[in-house]
Amino acid sequence: MNMFSAAAIAILSTMLLVLVRAFKGPTVYDRILAANSFGTLTMLLIAVYGFLNERPDFLDIALVYALINFIGTIAVSKFVHSKDLAPPLPSDDPGDI
Amino acid sequence: MELLIDLISWFLVIIGSTFLLVGAIGIIRLPDIFSRMHGAGIIDTMGTTMLFLGMFLQAGLTIVSLKLFLILLFLMFTSPTTTHALARAALDAGLKPMVDDDEQDLKKN
Repeated sequence: MNMFSAAAIAILSTMLLVLVRAFKGPTVYDRILAANSFGTLTMLLIAVYGFLNERPDFLDIALVYALINFIGTIAVSKFVHSKDLAPPLPSDDPGDI
Repeated sequence: MELLIDLISWFLVIIGSTFLLVGAIGIIRLPDIFSRMHGAGIIDTMGTTMLFLGMFLQAGLTIVSLKLFLILLFLMFTSPTTTHALARAALDAGLKPMVDDDEQDLKKN
């Protein structure tokens, strides 16, 4: 048995366990946390899959996946918190434009 | 030499997989969101680092190991940032961290 198939099995079972929390999570922040961990595990699985096929060219995709995962998590937690991605305006008064 | 590298690589991959499973159990079983972040942190730091070190040994000094190193470096920066932002968002939303007195409430549920 290849060492990377063992790692892939462990990653897949971990993804399953994290998904339980994403479905169960009482608050939306539990779900965001679980989704973030799921993204990290997907990135790991992409990297391990490349080594499993002895063709580790998928690492670029793993790198991009890590970037998107980070930005997505930050954006979602900001969006859930303030219902908006832009910062609130200082005042609603438009002044004498 | 080949065998030694393979053995060390096996060891690191097994340790990393164990930490992944431990982190997942932590995410499932810990009581509130702020303690569940510990489990996510274990997955992001120990599990990923050990697995990547195992892959690093298999790749040798090539462009592949450079990419692995870059992913690992990026993850080491982003994982604490994400956790911090998420904890701030949860605190602002009014979630209270569980303290010692709350353990009786936990047993009741």
